[in-house]
Order: sequence, then structure tokens, then C-alpha cells
Amino acid sequence: MKTVNILICGVGGQGVLLAGDIIAETAIASGFDAKKSEVHGMAQRGGSVVSHVRFGQKVNSPLIRQGEADVILSFEEMETARYLQFLKAGGCLIINRQQVIPMSVATGQAEYPVDVVERIKQQVKDILLCPGMELAEKSGSAKAVNTVLLGALARKLELAPGKWQEVISRRVPAKTVELNKKAFESGYSQQ
Amino acid sequence: MKMFLSGNEAVARGAWEAGVNVVSAYPGTPSTEILENLGKYKEIYAELATNEKVGLEVAAGASFAGARALTCMKHVGLNVAADPLFSMAYIGARGGFVVVSADDPGMHSSQNEQDNRYYAKMAKIPCLEPSDSQECLEMAKLAFDLSEKFDTPVLLRLTTRISHSKGVVETGERKEHKPTGYVKDVAKNITIPAHARKMHVKVEERLKKLAEYGESFSYNKIEPGDQKLGIITSGISYQYAKDIFPTASYLKLALTFPLPGKKISEFINSADEIYVIEENDTFLEEQIKALGYKVSGKCAYEKEITGKTKIPIVGELDPTVLAKAFGLQKESPYKPLELPARPPVLCPGCPHRGVFYALNKLKLTVTGDIGCYTLGMMDPLNAMDTVVCMGGSVTAAMGLEKALGPEMAQKTVAVIGDSTFFHSGITGLVDMVYNNSKGTAIILDNRITAMTGHQENPGTGKTLQGQDAPIIELEPLVRSCGVKHVQLIDPLDLKQTEAAIKEAINNPGVSVIIAKSPCILIEKKFKPALKVDEDKCIGCKICLKLGCPAISFDKVKKKSKIDPIFCIGCEVCASLCPKQAMGHK
Ligand SMILES: Cc1ncc(C[n+]2csc(CCOP(=O)(O)OP(=O)(O)O)c2C)c(N)n1
Repeated sequence: MKTVNILICGVGGQGVLLAGDIIAETAIASGFDAKKSEVHGMAQRGGSVVSHVRFGQKVNSPLIRQGEADVILSFEEMETARYLQFLKAGGCLIINRQQVIPMSVATGQAEYPVDVVERIKQQVKDILLCPGMELAEKSGSAKAVNTVLLGALARKLELAPGKWQEVISRRVPAKTVELNKKAFESGYSQQ
Repeated sequence: MKMFLSGNEAVARGAWEAGVNVVSAYPGTPSTEILENLGKYKEIYAELATNEKVGLEVAAGASFAGARALTCMKHVGLNVAADPLFSMAYIGARGGFVVVSADDPGMHSSQNEQDNRYYAKMAKIPCLEPSDSQECLEMAKLAFDLSEKFDTPVLLRLTTRISHSKGVVETGERKEHKPTGYVKDVAKNITIPAHARKMHVKVEERLKKLAEYGESFSYNKIEPGDQKLGIITSGISYQYAKDIFPTASYLKLALTFPLPGKKISEFINSADEIYVIEENDTFLEEQIKALGYKVSGKCAYEKEITGKTKIPIVGELDPTVLAKAFGLQKESPYKPLELPARPPVLCPGCPHRGVFYALNKLKLTVTGDIGCYTLGMMDPLNAMDTVVCMGGSVTAAMGLEKALGPEMAQKTVAVIGDSTFFHSGITGLVDMVYNNSKGTAIILDNRITAMTGHQENPGTGKTLQGQDAPIIELEPLVRSCGVKHVQLIDPLDLKQTEAAIKEAINNPGVSVIIAKSPCILIEKKFKPALKVDEDKCIGCKICLKLGCPAISFDKVKKKSKIDPIFCIGCEVCASLCPKQAMGHK
């Protein structure tokens, strides 16, 4: 099997890093080798955050080479564009419908590219736009956006849904297991 | 048992399995999680040191006792700890003594890109470089054995992508190590010149033995492949190389100082073309090329070596950069879009904000320091002029004053965090008082070491493990350094903050302001979000000058807007608004 490459991006505080952990652990629970890489430190301070996850028979580099990501799972619209060069030709984008305004935009020095999703659509065919916040709220908590997105991703990968549920249950707070299961299902049913 | 561990977690696990007894370290990205994880094992004494020099010295003391000891730090931390490191290189190690340095190629959260393998070379101690989490665990264990076998400190050198990448690791059990006890041996442990001269002879002998050991060291591994291309590499660079040149033959080095000369020349002679693939500096390349120079007729090989003529020295290496260096990267089919940057910002409700707002308003020169508060340099606060290194704020302000006279001191303020002040600010302050300086230092006392992920420090009253500890109070500490003019303020009170700064810069001697307010992320006592009353807001944009991520400006309505998801209700903006437009309704 060829190594599967998933790049997850978003903004500090959105749960990008936990999502990366869950993907890698699900791959391992399914019998694969996996590696994951990200940079800590500034992640809590609202900066741009990215996590690389790779799994397969044997993984060498923890970082994905540009042009080799099978899927980019993006938690924030504009951040998708920042990492577009990582996507392989014919690769798939999953974009959470959310815009987080950076400081330079808040203070009026820069503009948020509001039509960013449209401009990406002109270049990439395989796109899933996911109303993560809305689905998370319906499942019981706005905080479950990352689980919704994992559900959407799971549909694109050949890892058993049961394995995902198993890892998610282990990694989220005990009180929120049921709600996260629902959130995962609602993401999984997105097409 | 199989576990999914980061390099840092694996180093901690490996040290634990090796029976480490004493750990002392100061946090610093990307090394911090090593200490945090070691702190979870009840068999180990682990502590937050005041700074890296202290950490290394405490570990050295434990090694004197025949205990296995470890200290860890980010790369620049080793600059602070270099003095005891070089002495311990002469003294050696009774109990296994491991120094972990986590370097930061690409400077994800650092001020420089120094390659600490050179420290091993300069101090003449062995350097081990793991290339994934599994090797982090194995080499952390092995480092203690090597240290005891060769009577030397061992440098375990990681980089950001080793420390912060996760991989599958096969773990083992702990083998207890009982400290062998302290034995007086002045010729070994006192570095007076008469002893040190003899020690140096031993150090040179030790290096020769280590180089010989490296020849058969199993982690210095030849992986046979296509003979046309031979690649010499180490650490994370090995992983990138394997992806880009999967069929080449490899010499993967793990003991990267001292190098195994014979093994290297044999490998070079067995391949048609040789690449040396490493990140940042030419540490391996220089040494390998030196083997190929004819010195008094001796030459290990004669062959062209390709390394930094193609691979960039500046910046982090990754598979894309490596592929590009050799013309192997295909052009992306996607066109990049122009995007606003998204740098990190001070959190909503951060108590540092009030101080920087005041400093910006008063248009002062601010000598800065390292911590979350370095973000005070960003727009729109724009309130920082210099950042050198931890502790460098107080002393830089003093230098400005000594060069330009007391008028400069009236326009200058140093800002330093609480953890940074304990780390290395105290000595600078003593120097200011002792040498009759005039100047102002603001200690941003947010009651935590925030930047590196919220560690306790000597001022917080908690140990690494969260147990109660004596609190070193800043005010009496500062007073006992001889500072007479000390003010305690709440930085969320903008009027008080501004008044205190004005008073301090006009005071004739040394002034210290302690701006005390806990980091908003530790107590998380968030209040309800504020709202902007659009009838009252006149669109003056004063609130935007705070640089709060929760406040933005609606260009169509020409009104300020508060994002209820981000606002934590600190009310600093409300106190600033001339029309009282921000409130809870
Ligand atoms: C010599 C050295 N050691 C460690 C670090 C990593 N580091 C950067 S800032 C910081 C601590 C900052 O804490 P504090 O001064 O309390 O400021 P805060 O982040 O809480 O605002 C540390 C440990 C460093 N940059 N240099």
C-alpha cells in the first residue's frame, strides 16, 4: 500500500492537533505504521497551525512533501489556501465553513479574502464543504467541530468506522463520548 | 508494549527505563515535554530549574553522587549552561550524565538556528542523534551506558521535528539504578589548573577511544543499496533522504561526534557518487571533507562530496526542500493565493496587553525580553525595540542609559516576564543598582511561565509536580537587590499602569514596576463577553489599538465589533472607550 498523507490545518485553539492524534492512532489501531508532525509552542496563541499525518506499511519522513497530500482537512477557509501546494494532483479538500479573522484584518490593515473558497474551487475539483459548527451544535456542543470533520474525513479513507469511534472515545473527555459519537456520524454522512 | 510517542516523550521514557534518578531542567521549546514527562514518573526526582545553568549543575552534582542524571533544554539554553558543560567534559561522569539539546532548525519558536552538535565537538564529548521516536528511546538509554563507560557527559541532540513528531515505539521496563554514592576524589572533581592539565590529556585519549567505538557502533549503520549513489546522513535528515532517494545506499550516523573515519572512508570508496545530507550547518560535511584532504601524504579517499553546494544552510530541511535542491520537485498544479499572514497574538484578556498599550501611548523605547510578551512588538501595540536573549532587557536598557545619559533613561523602559526575571534578570538588576544606573524595569508577573506551555516557576508556589513550594516574592527580592522605588500595579487597570510608568521614568534612580495579574489561560475565570452598543459607538477605533483578537471593525457600519467566541470579558476595552459603548447588554 502507498503511504497515505493527510494534512490538517487551521488556527490555534481549533483542535487541529488533537484531530491529528486521532487520525494517526486510528491508523495504528488498524495495523498500520504512522507518523505525525506538528509544531507546538505558539499553537495556543491564535497563529496558523498545521499537522502532518502519514500512515502505511512503513513511514519514513514525518513531514509530507508538497504535492503529495491525498487529503487536506482544513478547519478554516483561508488557511486551506495557505497549504494548497501540499495537495497532490487530483487530491481531495475538506473545508470547514468557518472564517477566523486574523489580527491584521481586524485592525483594517489587510482584507480577508472572502471569496477564497470560490477561488479554490476553480483549481480543485474534489471538495467537500462541511458546516462543522452547525453540525457540532446539533450534536450537542460547538466544541465538537473537530470530531465532525474527522467523520467527514473517515468517509474518504479506508479505515473502519468502528476503529475511529474506538479511538475518539478514548481521546475525548468521558462526559462527551456520546456527543462526539453523534458528531462523528453527522460528519460521516456529509457528501 | 507499543506506544505512539513524540520524540520528547520517548526520550523521557528511555531515561526512565535507564533508571535515571535525578532530572533538573528549565523549559524551552522544543525540549519542554521531556521534563514534563519525566515529572510524571514517581521513581525519579525531577525539578524545574531556575535556568539551564542551574539545571545542568544540579544534574552534575547528582552524577558526583553516582546517580544517573539528566538535564534538557532548547538549543540556546546550552549557551546559558555552556560553562558547567565544558568543565564537566573534563571532570567526566561518575553516574551516567546526559545533556539533551533540542535544536530548532527553521526557528519555529527561537531567536536563532544554531547547530549544537558543535558544542559536542568544542567540549570534546560524544554526540548522539536519533532519527525517530524509537531511536529517541533507545539512545536515551544508551547515552547513560556510554556516559559511564567512557566517563563523559553525553550530548543527546534532537531537533524540532524529532522532538515534536510522533511515531510508534516499542517500550521496555525500568531497570533500577542505585546511586553508587559519593567518593571524594579531588584530582578528578576539582578543576584547578594543575588538575585540569591532566584532565585534558584524558579527554583527548577518551576521544580516540570513542572514535574507535564508533567504528563498530551498531547505530552507525550501513544500509546497502544502489552503488551509484551513497548518502551519508543523520537524524531527521535520514528520513527525508529515504523518501527522496529510496534506492540509494546509506551510511546513517548516530554517533555524529567523534566520527568513525574508517567506516566513512570505506563507504565513500564503495559508491560512485556521495551526498552528505544534513540540516543547517556543515557539521558532518566539514569533518568528512577533512578526511579527504591530503595531510602529509595521508588521504582517506579522493572523491567529490556533494552537500551544502546544493542543500540550503538557512532554514529547516524537509522533503520538499531536499527534492528541490536536487531538481526533483515537480511544479505544483495549484496557484498560490495572496493571503494575510496569521501570526500568533496576545490572547484576549492577556494582562500583558495593558502594559504595552501604555508603553505605546507614551512612545517609550522598550528593551524587550523573551516570553509571550515579546508579542507586544506586534501591530498595533508596536511597543518593543530590542530583544536579545533571556534576561537581556534590563541590561540593554542600562547600556542605552550609560551610552546616552540619564535623558535616555527617561525615555526607556525594560520589560521582562516573571520566569525570565528569575532565569537571568536578577543579575542585570543588581548591576544597575551597583553601578548607579538610572532606569526602569517592568516585571510582567503573570504568575507562570506561559510561553512554553504554563510551567510553574520560583514565584508561583508550586513545583513541577504541582506540589506546594515556597514562593519567592518579587517585591522583597527586588528591594533586597537595592531597588528603592518599587510599585505594584494591576496591568488591566490602564490608568494606574500609565501613571506608574510616568512616575518610574521620572524617578532619579532605579525603578521597578511589578505588573501582577495571572495569565488568563491558567485560571480561566472568564466573564461574559462584552457587546458594542452601536448607538453609542462613534467609530473612533481607539479600542482597536489594544490589538485584542476579539475586537474588529465593521467597515460598512463604521462600528467596532466584539466576537463573543473570543471575548472573555476583561473589560479593558470598556475602560478605554470614550463613549462607554462596550458593556454587557
Ligand atoms: C535561554 C533560553 N531558555 C529558554 C527559552 C524558552 N523560553 C522562551 S520564553 C520563556 C519563558 C517566558 O516566561 P515568562 O518570562 O514568565 O513570560 P510569559 O511567557 O509568561 O509571558 C522560555 C522558557 C529561551 N528562549 N531561551
